[in-house]
Amino acid sequence: MKSIAKSGKTRGLASLLLAGAATGMLATGAAAAECEPLTLGSAISLTGKYATNGVHAKNGYEFAIQKIKENGGIQVGDKCYDFNVIYYDDESKGDRGATLAERLINQDGVQYMLGPYSSGLTKAIAPVTEKYQIPMVEAEGASRSLFNKGYKYLFAVLSTSEQYLASAITLAAQVAEKNGKSPADIKVAVAVENDPFSLDIRAGVLDDAAKYDMKVVIDEKLPRDLSDMSAILTKVKLVKPDVLIVSGHSKGAATAVRQIGEQSIAVPMIAVTHCEAADVTGNFGKAANDILCSTQWAETLSYEDPIFGTAANYEQEFKAAYPEYKNKKVPYQTAQASAAVYVFKDAFERAGSLDKEKVRDAIAATDLMTFYGAIKFSEAGNNIAKPMVLRQIQNGDYNVVAPAEFASHDLNWPRKPQ
Amino acid sequence: MDQIIGNFQLLLDYPIVNLKIIIDGVMIGALFALAAYGLALVWGVMNVKNLAQGDFVIAGGYIAWWLAQHGVHPFIGVVAAFVVMWGIGWVAYKLVISRVIERDLFTSLLATFGLAIMMAQIMNLLFGSDTQSVQLDYATYHFADGLIDVPAAKLMGVIMAMSLAVGVIIFMKRSRMGQAIRATSQDRRAARVMGIDTERVYSFTFSLNSAICGAAGAIIVMAWVIQPFYGITYSVRAFVIVTAAGLGNLPGVIAAGFGIGALEQYGSHILGIGYQQAVAVLLLLLVLLVRLMQQRRQRQVLR
Repeated sequence: MKSIAKSGKTRGLASLLLAGAATGMLATGAAAAECEPLTLGSAISLTGKYATNGVHAKNGYEFAIQKIKENGGIQVGDKCYDFNVIYYDDESKGDRGATLAERLINQDGVQYMLGPYSSGLTKAIAPVTEKYQIPMVEAEGASRSLFNKGYKYLFAVLSTSEQYLASAITLAAQVAEKNGKSPADIKVAVAVENDPFSLDIRAGVLDDAAKYDMKVVIDEKLPRDLSDMSAILTKVKLVKPDVLIVSGHSKGAATAVRQIGEQSIAVPMIAVTHCEAADVTGNFGKAANDILCSTQWAETLSYEDPIFGTAANYEQEFKAAYPEYKNKKVPYQTAQASAAVYVFKDAFERAGSLDKEKVRDAIAATDLMTFYGAIKFSEAGNNIAKPMVLRQIQNGDYNVVAPAEFASHDLNWPRKPQ
Repeated sequence: MDQIIGNFQLLLDYPIVNLKIIIDGVMIGALFALAAYGLALVWGVMNVKNLAQGDFVIAGGYIAWWLAQHGVHPFIGVVAAFVVMWGIGWVAYKLVISRVIERDLFTSLLATFGLAIMMAQIMNLLFGSDTQSVQLDYATYHFADGLIDVPAAKLMGVIMAMSLAVGVIIFMKRSRMGQAIRATSQDRRAARVMGIDTERVYSFTFSLNSAICGAAGAIIVMAWVIQPFYGITYSVRAFVIVTAAGLGNLPGVIAAGFGIGALEQYGSHILGIGYQQAVAVLLLLLVLLVRLMQQRRQRQVLR
């Protein structure tokens, strides 16, 4: 009974759509209604430990596909296409991801891939797409080890992990210059977890610190099961660095912010990763004030493009399409997933062909401004045009303070003990 | 190496930091001691080496955290964690531990190791893998130009840990059940002959241990952070302390707890925080070596 009623309703809906399309045709000309499907594939974590972010990414893909469809689809030569994605659940496991990539390519005949969630999964899938020479645009794998393997078919729209907190060093140098001091006098303290991601961050910070000739006074590795870093913070009190960098996933952020508050640490600039995951504002309130947090993207940035509009517009429309995000911020994982789809659209149109080699070359030549930031790929395939964003927690709100030209707020400096 | 020398120099330049290190160490050490005391109890009475000790601690922490999310004051959370973990300990005893008591060492190690993995994974499924903590908006006291800081929440936690320890000692000394537990640990068969229901003693002891761990975890979540897979760090410390202090030696357990807490802090100051746990494991190795030599000399069996 139920299904009959339902099909009746869809038929009604279909005829309504047809009527709508007919009027649409009158307005926009021939193509709009008859776009052919253009199939992409993606193995993505819908269950397992990355499920939350995997779903964020998938929603970002789907939202972008819908938006592109509404804006007339993808024009390749004189034909028009709409994206259609085959998803498989990789269960957050690398070996599963690689198997599914093989299946997408060999059995489903997928010619173009969207990335999975996390650096680990991307690392597992990239050798497969590379072997079959399938272009993959990924949005969720930031490890820089993805981009020193000589992959030719892998492109990433996000900033790589060594950039996560390097922008804090740049910001510290700018502040020093503004105050008439030399960046070379800045003392930097670094405490990062001993894992590949955080070590990438450390490498980026140390590289940039060396560029400005800054002095690294503390350089420590946090253990995996960190619950107490008072030893480092005591040292910070004694040697008085100007910048303190902490990266250790959510446990690092939680432990650092709590103990920075407890020990009244008075470092003028403190930059941390994973503030949101650790919910430092909700958990530690005032102690989190004026701490800098890195993010790939924020909705208050003044980036813009013709499909999604401004970053703020993206946030608004996405929330309208996915009401489950109504009471929270749209995660950057979603925004960058949408940007990856946009890169494909742009590349197909410039290539003017569905030939995967031509599409690959078109992706490599991308030079695109999006709501998510500028996108331009290096030889290695990572995005070199978009800087990492720093937000400062100001009275419990995350406000963008760097890069200065897209920022919505001024930096509070120096940070006072709260 | 330069960094190690530099760190050492800092300790000499600012002698007051030594005091801070010891205070920090003693505070965390008090909680290590609590978990270790529970382990000593179970080890001594039932000869079960409970590898899930740390996971009981974390489970207690999650109970207090969960309650705090629902508006329960964390201090009440400590009591609640004690009670709930008592129940969980009893269930674990009936399901798993009661079957391995009389078996050999490896059976009990394997069973409790399995229990530890199970508990960590269940907590991961229930609460997610993010670190959690409960923030108390109490003052932090500062001494010596702010170099020494004692958060009131930590201090209260340590006081609660101490009063719990004292309570357990009095209970063991004065109550009938306490006497029965001690009698069973001295000689199981004789206790049975004297009419003590050793099965009840066992289940009571294991539940008590689980409850003590739970309370410790509830205190830890107020002053430090917890995560589903942090259990092993507390298990390791508990084993080091019990091995060092010996069974049935409560003052020894407390002293060893404080000692390992302080030594770890020194280790992380001088060698770097990455070596904090290495210091604990190194201590275990040393203790085992010393014990082995003692045993050789005395030619007696250490249970």
